[in-house]
Amino acid sequence: MTAKFIGRSVPRLEDRPLLTGRGRFAADISFPGQWHMRIARSPVAHGKIRNVDVSKAKAVPGVYAVWTFADVAELPPIGFRLTGLVELEPYRQFVLARERVRYVGEPIAAIFASDPYIAEDAADLIELDAEHLPVTLSASEDPGFFEDNRSTEATVIRKGYGDVDAAFKAANSVLSLDLSIGRHSGVPLETRGVIARYDDKSDILEMYGAAKVPHWNRDTLARMLGRKTGGVQLFEGHVGGGFGIRGELYPEDVLACYAALKFRKAVKWIEDRREHLIAANHSRQQRHQIRAAIDVEGRILGIEDTFFHDNGAYMRTHAATVPDLAAAMLPGPYRVPAYRVTGHIRLTNKTPCGTYRAPGRYESTFVRERLMDAIAAKIGVAPLEIRRRNLIARQAMPYDLKLDTLGTRIIYDSGDYAKLVETAERKFGARDEIMQRRKKGEHVGIGSALFVEKSGLGPSDLVRISLDAAGEIEVVTGSASVGQGIETVVAQICADTLGVDYARVRVIHGQTDRIEQGGGAYASRVTVMTGEAARRAAEDLRNKALTAAAALMQTTADKLQIAEGTISAKSGAGPTMTLAALAKTYPLTGEGFFEYKHMVYPYGVHIAQVRVDARTGGVTVEKFSVAYDIGRAVNPMLIEGQIAGGVAQGVGGALFEDFVYDANGEPLSVTFADYLMPTAREVPEIGILITEDAPSPLNALGLKGAGEGGVNAAGAAIAAAIDDAIGIPGAVTELPVSPKRVKALILDGTIADRD
Amino acid sequence: MKPAPFTRYVPKTLDEALKILAEVAPHDGRVLAGGQSLVPIMAFRMARPAHLVDINEVAGLDALKVENGKLVIGARVRHAAFHKSVEKGALGALLATVVKHIAHYPIRMRGTFCGSLAHADPASEWCLTAATLDAELVAKSARGARVIPAREFFEGIMATALKDDELLAEARLPLLPAGTKFGFNEFSRRAGDFAMASSLAVYTLKDGKIAEARIGIGGAEPSPRRIPEAEAVVNGQAPSEAVFQAAAEAAADAIDPLEDHQTNAEYRRDLVRAVVSRALEGSL
Repeated sequence: MTAKFIGRSVPRLEDRPLLTGRGRFAADISFPGQWHMRIARSPVAHGKIRNVDVSKAKAVPGVYAVWTFADVAELPPIGFRLTGLVELEPYRQFVLARERVRYVGEPIAAIFASDPYIAEDAADLIELDAEHLPVTLSASEDPGFFEDNRSTEATVIRKGYGDVDAAFKAANSVLSLDLSIGRHSGVPLETRGVIARYDDKSDILEMYGAAKVPHWNRDTLARMLGRKTGGVQLFEGHVGGGFGIRGELYPEDVLACYAALKFRKAVKWIEDRREHLIAANHSRQQRHQIRAAIDVEGRILGIEDTFFHDNGAYMRTHAATVPDLAAAMLPGPYRVPAYRVTGHIRLTNKTPCGTYRAPGRYESTFVRERLMDAIAAKIGVAPLEIRRRNLIARQAMPYDLKLDTLGTRIIYDSGDYAKLVETAERKFGARDEIMQRRKKGEHVGIGSALFVEKSGLGPSDLVRISLDAAGEIEVVTGSASVGQGIETVVAQICADTLGVDYARVRVIHGQTDRIEQGGGAYASRVTVMTGEAARRAAEDLRNKALTAAAALMQTTADKLQIAEGTISAKSGAGPTMTLAALAKTYPLTGEGFFEYKHMVYPYGVHIAQVRVDARTGGVTVEKFSVAYDIGRAVNPMLIEGQIAGGVAQGVGGALFEDFVYDANGEPLSVTFADYLMPTAREVPEIGILITEDAPSPLNALGLKGAGEGGVNAAGAAIAAAIDDAIGIPGAVTELPVSPKRVKALILDGTIADRD
Repeated sequence: MKPAPFTRYVPKTLDEALKILAEVAPHDGRVLAGGQSLVPIMAFRMARPAHLVDINEVAGLDALKVENGKLVIGARVRHAAFHKSVEKGALGALLATVVKHIAHYPIRMRGTFCGSLAHADPASEWCLTAATLDAELVAKSARGARVIPAREFFEGIMATALKDDELLAEARLPLLPAGTKFGFNEFSRRAGDFAMASSLAVYTLKDGKIAEARIGIGGAEPSPRRIPEAEAVVNGQAPSEAVFQAAAEAAADAIDPLEDHQTNAEYRRDLVRAVVSRALEGSL
């Protein structure tokens, strides 16, 4: 295979409709005579429902129907997609509140009307009569009651290996930290949306607005609605960002589909931004109490971590995924001879949680890297030096972490961590300018953080490919696009495997009626899983084409090659034939299936430079750099885009984004004036270095994923940089770091005099 | 986020606008100008006006001119009009400095100066400007016209002296004497956000000493206002870091700070200290 497209930053095949205003997002889809759905939401954080009065809403002209729980009582709660521990099942969410409401924003009624304005007018008239119950707002305080005799502590996860007690006995010193990560989440530009309709002709329920995991959602909807799998089909259009939260199966999706079946009408629901900020999954909120046993040179002997995971009011599709990943990925790139972690998964009266880009890792990387900084300060060596002393060596690869997550054993497949640290420090870690500016009285600092990512979650992906008589290639995958560039990447891989132009390859994704299975787009899996399945499919087609051509050209397949869509002899002599011409007589199709039970593990280094305004506590991120080993870069431009977007979200979680609640459980961050996303003015210049030192041995091209490496360590690096700027090691213990908090740190700690 | 039902009127003349306003004002009628505050809060249904008198097509409300030593700003003048100095003196330069801090470019293209005053958000840059410069606000209604001094206009968080049937038809800012020094500073979480504290400082120099100082604070109390305690500290003094710091201290002591989930009183005073000293430093 000649790498003509793989490794090059070729333009995205996806861009033309998006850049010419021809995008088709959920809200762009309409059907004649459609009904509009609006959800009435609980204004009460915790209460026993006495009555939901819908009489006034029903009386509004243009309102066709109003549902409360009684109308949907036959629907089961929404099940788990990943990490579905059985003990979590009583905490699943029904599509409309049953007996109790448990967070402000919980759906209590669904209104169906002739237009969305009328639906919203009617929703305003729905009255919830509830007996108020005490609210639980912190996962680290004593658990309360989810219902009678059922604790808000849903379960406790435990992982570990080695003799932790012996490690602490042997320690030269022990460090203890108490660290918290705030509640924030992915906020895609496109809010959620669903358009459901029933087709009498084919007896198929169609759902538009699907994203991320269309096949899983199809199967689940079919089960919940009592239909055969083929009786439900999902269709993905353009998707304006995913980040983990978009495309999961939510109550609104099920309600719209159920209504389409019951009323035999197309039903459309488009989430508004205020709803999005209280109804779509939140994420991240954890508090960790971590202890480390170290030797005299700062080498880790053992780590013990107890953490409290605030999952909000219910267990949604991700079940225990986030805390499980936090627990399993906490050791990161370091040798940790003994490790014990206890994660308390607790429910609170806040919006339920799910995954958000680098789930569990943004959290535990913050915790681990704060710990490494604390060890450096304790031993009195540079932060990167203490990390070097503890890194897993290249020679130790593959490295069995002796921990499981997402049903897989964590075995780091390849990596040269020390080399990347050295490269990153050389390229991005210069301190000269900082020292100069400090002499002039500026409070500037630099912070670094290391991480291991996971990617390429299986178990499998299927790809079919065909080439028509015009030479056009169609690739069908059950994977999904959330805007990340899957069409381009898959086309690049197929083009090189086949020997054609990547622009001739058309990639179909997210259409459940085109292929029977598909893993979807999450866990940085698409390039690895779909990419390798696509390569296999293209190879299958290539082999068939060469065999067929060999017969026509009176030679053997091994003597032929394909370049630029033309089959010719490797020797250069003899006749040639285009693939298109061949396709006129032979059906050219191929299939590729890739199954793998282990993930692949890219890794990276984040380096942040910040300036602190000592008078206001304001923090400006001046530069942010990422060095990331991807194994094999299919399209460097797309990887850089993934990393830059991740950094922006990481800056948000470190300094701005925070879902705040008042003492009654009323959400305070319900608009973009209160939930602060970083804008172009807050996101700094981003330096990106992509390396290919450690290709994965687990797939043919050496691929690893890029989706989450930009966000993973951003909170950790910015925290370290703030410490450095104000000269107080270990000052930052909570994310996000507000200016008020920084000002208080400065007042308490007095900025160190460095002269 | 679809607003509750309302009726919109699009009068072409001021008389017509005031007549409609008089009719609808007792029935939840409101004036719509640039809509950059009102429309979003209607989308959230936090405001549910039943009637909107849209003044965007009313003739004569777009005046922006100097008259009798004052800059007259009509009700339809957008923020963006101030991106370039609207008059050659210090006032034009001051407004061009302040306007850059108002929200974001698209908002400045649509939002209006007078609309900002009538909305009376505590953090509004124009409210601070009007208060600091002792603007005159001209309120018109079918009953007639009256002039309200800025210090009597702002009555609290989003509360003004305007009656329901009154339109803030124009604002008048006094031109500033030649040689006037000014500085503006604000602190917000992100660029373009509502200021958590802001300050505008304006003064002249007489024999090297500060005279006629005006030091205004916004975003820290329910309404922006001048802080006489801080002005007294600087008047008669030569500009210096020490004098500016002393004024900042005086301002921080003088205010009755707003508190919310991201600020407490102590931190708000810290911010006032910072913005006042920086506004004064920026005047040099």
